[in-house]
Amino acid sequence: MQLSRDQLLRAYRQMKTIREFEERLHVEIQTGEIPGFTHLYSGQEAVAVGVCEHLTEEDWIASTHRGHGHCIAKGCDVPGMMLEIYGRRDGLCKGKGGSMHIADMTKGMLGANAIVGGGPPIAVGAALACKVRKNGRVAVAFGGDGSSNQGTVFEAMNLAVVLQAPAIFVFEHNGYSEHTGADYAVGSKDIAGRARGFGMPAEVCDGADFFSVYEAMGRAVERARAGGGPTTIEPKITRFFGHFEGDPMLYRAKDEVARQRESMDCLKNFRARVTAEGWLADADLDRIDAQVLELIDRSVASARTAAPPTAADLLTDVYVSY
Amino acid sequence: MSTITYREAIVRAQREALAADPRVILMGEDIGAAGGPFKTTEGLFEEFGPLRVRDTPISENAFVGAAMGMALTGYRPVIELMFADFMGVCFDQIVNSIAKHRFMCGGKVAVPVTIRAMGGGGVRFGAQHSQTGETWVYQFPGLKVFCPASPADAYLMLRQAIDDPDPVIVLEHKAMMAMKGEIQTDAGRWPAQRPQVVRPGRDVTLVASLAMVRRAMAAADALAAQGIQAEVIDLRVLRPLVAEPIIDSVTRTGALVVVEENHESGGWGAEIVARALTAAFDYIDKPPVRVTLPDWPMPYSPALEDAAVPSVQKIVDAVLAQH
Repeated sequence: MQLSRDQLLRAYRQMKTIREFEERLHVEIQTGEIPGFTHLYSGQEAVAVGVCEHLTEEDWIASTHRGHGHCIAKGCDVPGMMLEIYGRRDGLCKGKGGSMHIADMTKGMLGANAIVGGGPPIAVGAALACKVRKNGRVAVAFGGDGSSNQGTVFEAMNLAVVLQAPAIFVFEHNGYSEHTGADYAVGSKDIAGRARGFGMPAEVCDGADFFSVYEAMGRAVERARAGGGPTTIEPKITRFFGHFEGDPMLYRAKDEVARQRESMDCLKNFRARVTAEGWLADADLDRIDAQVLELIDRSVASARTAAPPTAADLLTDVYVSY
Repeated sequence: MSTITYREAIVRAQREALAADPRVILMGEDIGAAGGPFKTTEGLFEEFGPLRVRDTPISENAFVGAAMGMALTGYRPVIELMFADFMGVCFDQIVNSIAKHRFMCGGKVAVPVTIRAMGGGGVRFGAQHSQTGETWVYQFPGLKVFCPASPADAYLMLRQAIDDPDPVIVLEHKAMMAMKGEIQTDAGRWPAQRPQVVRPGRDVTLVASLAMVRRAMAAADALAAQGIQAEVIDLRVLRPLVAEPIIDSVTRTGALVVVEENHESGGWGAEIVARALTAAFDYIDKPPVRVTLPDWPMPYSPALEDAAVPSVQKIVDAVLAQH
């Protein structure tokens, strides 16, 4: 599965944008200007991008509380997301959704769901709609190893098999269900195996390697578009921050994240691979790095000074008609 | 106008909606060839086929969530939940996703899902299959909650729910399936979505919903024989709750009795009493009374269930005690 130069540049830009978005949020949250709590995606970028690079705006995704990466990978407006996270009136959801509830139907982003396991049933519905329309589109349900223990997810997987819906379940196995190890909470230790038990193909891939995810997703999406029904992908990955910002991470070894930032960094892996293969030069990637930093700087500067919603905005947007 | 049963009215509303709009899709357990556990989809599978009338696994969370996914992507799914009690199984999808999604998206999406749930006691189904579900869902902004107490409303409320751009829960009552009445198919003549006076009176206002409306009407007959003219109001729409017709009535009668098939604590009757007292305090002469289920699970034995559900006699006694 050889990618063109433009595809490689785009994939890198997307991953880098997610990384810098999250690393910058980690810093800005210390200022106290960002309300609520935030779950960062740093470290998992190759999953969102490896998956979404196979999708168009007509395909759907359902995301999670750790959803910034999925949103960016699916094409949501980055300054608009930053405004939303700052709780601003011009945010993607007018400041009513927040970090855990970013959605943009015009980009095929059904919504981030802050109930663990809440999204997969919705994605299966979107997939069923694609099947009924026979339009060759697919729907992806993102979740973590924690969500793999939810009954809603089991139900959604079975329903997808029963309906032969073009749904793809992506379980980002980052090792922790909030503050509890997946080695404790996932009884079978084998999420892909569970999926096979429901009657769909499933494969494990390396979540720190864009190419590994991209290839696994390629097989899944081809099957779905051809009417072959659902697939599960289980990328093994880690997260570079806590469950939420402020999580002291007492459940992880002191040097664990530092080691993983060396050994499991998808951006470093990508750069090493594409330069070694001669597909891209370091200068190509450095140029993107600079552009991404500028975008994030601009997004933060604009969000910091943007107007909040007004009290009059409170009682709108619940019903179409009431 | 034509005379049909409550059950037939439900079937007819769905048949007409399916015929009128290709985006309408029915999903639920045993609703296909089986025609629905209460025969409320009878004949629709044969008429519209398995793509429009779709059987699901027993997975309420999955198919209610899937309905939201279909609604977001252009369909108008109508879910049959069999028993209203099963809303407890998929409560998360209903209240955390379907009810809130539009708001969380800043109003940029619509979730036109209809959920039909059949509830209520009187049929000896025990504690897990006899709840109306009214008080479970009526407090959530983002939902609309319709409670049809007649074949006419069973028909028109379901048509309205399916046409509604917002999510609507239609709470149908199992004990009313064979009730006969006239339906109005001319949408131009449908009443507004608000409580309706179904029997005028001057001495006391009885507010009831679902199966309790018939009992309140029977109680009003009995009270008339004793010289008390009760005004009966069918609540009809729990959310949005329009209190004006009730406040208008209480302002005239000076007395309020609510009759509901829910537990007393936190029932909608408490909300009605609060709103009436706030709006018409100076006009209310007698302490409002609530006739409800006890704060206790629904029992199985007919002797116990009959003791639990508000009876005509209990309503009469409550009014007489108030007066």
